[in-house]
Amino acid sequence: MIRVENVSKSFTLHNQGAAVIPVMRGGELTVARGECVALTGASGAGKSTLMRMIYGNYLTASGRIMVGDLDVAQAAPREILELRRHVLGYVSQFLRVVPRVATLDVVAEPLRAVGSSEAEARARAGELLAQLNIPERLWQLSPTTFSGGEQQRVNIARGFAHPYPVLLLDEPTASLDATNRATVLALIEEAKARGTAILGIFHDEAARDQICDREVDVTRFTPGLAA
Amino acid sequence: MSPAMTQSDQDLQEDRGMNDYNFAYLDEQTKRMIRRAILKGLAIPGYQVPFASREMPMPYGWGTGGVQVSAAVLTPEDTFKVIDQGADDTTNAVSIRRFFQKTAGVAVTEATTEASVIQTRHRIPEAALREDQVLVYQVPIPEPLRFLEPSEVETRKMHELEEYGLMHVKLYEDIAQHGAIATAYAYPVKVGGRYVMDPSPIPKFDNPKLEMAAIQLFGAGREQRIYALPPYTQVVSLDFEDHPFEASKADHPCGLCGAEDSYLDELIVDDAGGRLFMCSDTDYCAARQAAGHRGADAAPVVEGMA
Amino acid sequence: MTPLLQVENIAKFYGARIGCTDVSFDLYPGEVMGIVGESGSGKSTLLNTLAGHLTPDRGAVRFDTRADGLRDTVTMSEPERRMLSRTDWAFVHQHARDGLRMNVSAGGNVGERLMAVGARHYGDIRASATDWLGRVEINEDRIDDRPSAFSGGMQQRLQIARNLVTGPRLVFMDEPTGGLDVSVQARLLDLLRGLVREMGLSAIIVTHDLAVVRLLADRLMVMKDGHVVETGLTDQVLDDPQHGYTQLLVSSVLQV
Repeated sequence: MIRVENVSKSFTLHNQGAAVIPVMRGGELTVARGECVALTGASGAGKSTLMRMIYGNYLTASGRIMVGDLDVAQAAPREILELRRHVLGYVSQFLRVVPRVATLDVVAEPLRAVGSSEAEARARAGELLAQLNIPERLWQLSPTTFSGGEQQRVNIARGFAHPYPVLLLDEPTASLDATNRATVLALIEEAKARGTAILGIFHDEAARDQICDREVDVTRFTPGLAA
Repeated sequence: MSPAMTQSDQDLQEDRGMNDYNFAYLDEQTKRMIRRAILKGLAIPGYQVPFASREMPMPYGWGTGGVQVSAAVLTPEDTFKVIDQGADDTTNAVSIRRFFQKTAGVAVTEATTEASVIQTRHRIPEAALREDQVLVYQVPIPEPLRFLEPSEVETRKMHELEEYGLMHVKLYEDIAQHGAIATAYAYPVKVGGRYVMDPSPIPKFDNPKLEMAAIQLFGAGREQRIYALPPYTQVVSLDFEDHPFEASKADHPCGLCGAEDSYLDELIVDDAGGRLFMCSDTDYCAARQAAGHRGADAAPVVEGMA
Repeated sequence: MTPLLQVENIAKFYGARIGCTDVSFDLYPGEVMGIVGESGSGKSTLLNTLAGHLTPDRGAVRFDTRADGLRDTVTMSEPERRMLSRTDWAFVHQHARDGLRMNVSAGGNVGERLMAVGARHYGDIRASATDWLGRVEINEDRIDDRPSAFSGGMQQRLQIARNLVTGPRLVFMDEPTGGLDVSVQARLLDLLRGLVREMGLSAIIVTHDLAVVRLLADRLMVMKDGHVVETGLTDQVLDDPQHGYTQLLVSSVLQV
């Protein structure tokens, strides 16, 4: 479902003397349906960068990034928007939401985007929030005032609301206590069982070992760091 | 018009030929220009045709538009009638009638049925007009959209593109504020299915009469516009489906002639607040009385009322 | 899939000065395009040219009309273009006064577009107006009040209701939250987001505020000196800016 072929990227900082910072070269990986692959490597080696490139959030300088049948590196904005709506989910490390929107609606949003009714979407959102131990009295509040752990759980609930065939997870268990960690891992297992292709970044080694089938060390792709 | 002249003034004027007016005051070239505007107006019913309004010996606001149209239309064989609020004997009606007597020498009358050209302010005569008659209206503000859209450029565009939604906004506002369309006079109409027109400040009671056999000409002197309706042009008063147009009808018959279908003036007759309702159209009332109709308040026949 | 709007090589000059030039993009149904830039970048010129308020010196603006497919609105006759701007298109001005009739009641303002396309039933028009006032969170008991009696935020919401009542497919917005208090802006943005999603609107929004654009727009064009210097997905342009000017803009935004 994901096939990254020979991708490279560098950042050019025009306002800082046009400094060019190469961050990736020869990037390669595949993720098949039902597989969970972990990205590993030291901090700054390019794990989040590669994930963002797959999501289309960062541009790719060369190479191909196939998600299903679409080459994200070359796709038109419209095609990527469509992909993000139906196929490709992304749970980032930090919750970034529209202020003042109720938690329930934040989580329901991906389902509304694919055409679910308000009632259906909210019902499913409620299930997930309950599973992740967010008390119902918080559902009508905006998550901007929640604790880090609570925000992370809302983030995850949103990521799993719509059953994406492909999922990108950036530190899904960070800031979580043991109970919630277990819940999240269970959600990931469920998704895997559904045939979802999952790419994840896990600093939590135990979690990584529990659910990931393979590891890809991005250090291999970092110019200057490669052995 | 001018007050009585002394003999020496008169001699002076005769010496200089100041009494020699061209027929109906305006020079022939001006009449030709106005006739062109009238023809264009008749060809495009309801469309406001700009024209070069002349200085007349009466100020703006006193009927200069109507007077110029009448002047362009009158021929020596015509019989002319002037009414103001339905009456032949108000100061303005009398002035304008004398103006044309002096400058055109045409025959004048107060009988609607005998006139070939009728100039009017604020009413349409009750007697149905014929194909051989011309009705000339005095118009203050020709643009029906003016109060909602002050820009002339924009209102011209609206007429050009038949964008009349704003007209209905005005009617909507009336209903929202007063419960009913409050416009009582100068009620906007759509003519020939195309242009929206201000029929001049006639009461909405008169709107149904706008579909008639006579030619109708509208002159606005200060605003310099002429518009026209050929005979039998379709005229529809604007309204809403659930608030249809209703020509208001008086609750009373005429106190003098008993007519139940004419527009009435209300007269306070004594200090106790006693009222008399009488036909605004003086000729119509007089003709009915002459034919023997009598209203509840009819006095014995008085000299000079007819 | 046919684009809803196809902009090709649009340019507008003021004498020798460039208003905007070399602008081309396709906009699809349901997409929101943001145009950002600082004062003098040409973004307002571009918006007004696309909306038909200014005539371009070059280029085409093709809109997918319901009846005739893709038509170039630049070469359309004026009656057709005006009809389009009353039905399928909408324009939300920065200052509500430019987009409302201040001496007409709120209900009349909202009903005008309906009356302009032939609505003739007072009761129905009033019901539509009431419904729309509700959707933009204006209390229905204000339906007969004039906009001059409304606050700035309410006037702006009234302007939105007035524009959306005929169900347009494309909305042009010129700094829709400019000049409003922060909390009022926030409420307006939420409303716009909701309406865009509910009605499946496409929109082109001009703003100098990057936060507004991140919230509302799917795609982004960055303009400088009349040229488009960068374009792409909003999150991509803001998170991975390629052009020096975009990088400058992004790094200049103050964090709260």
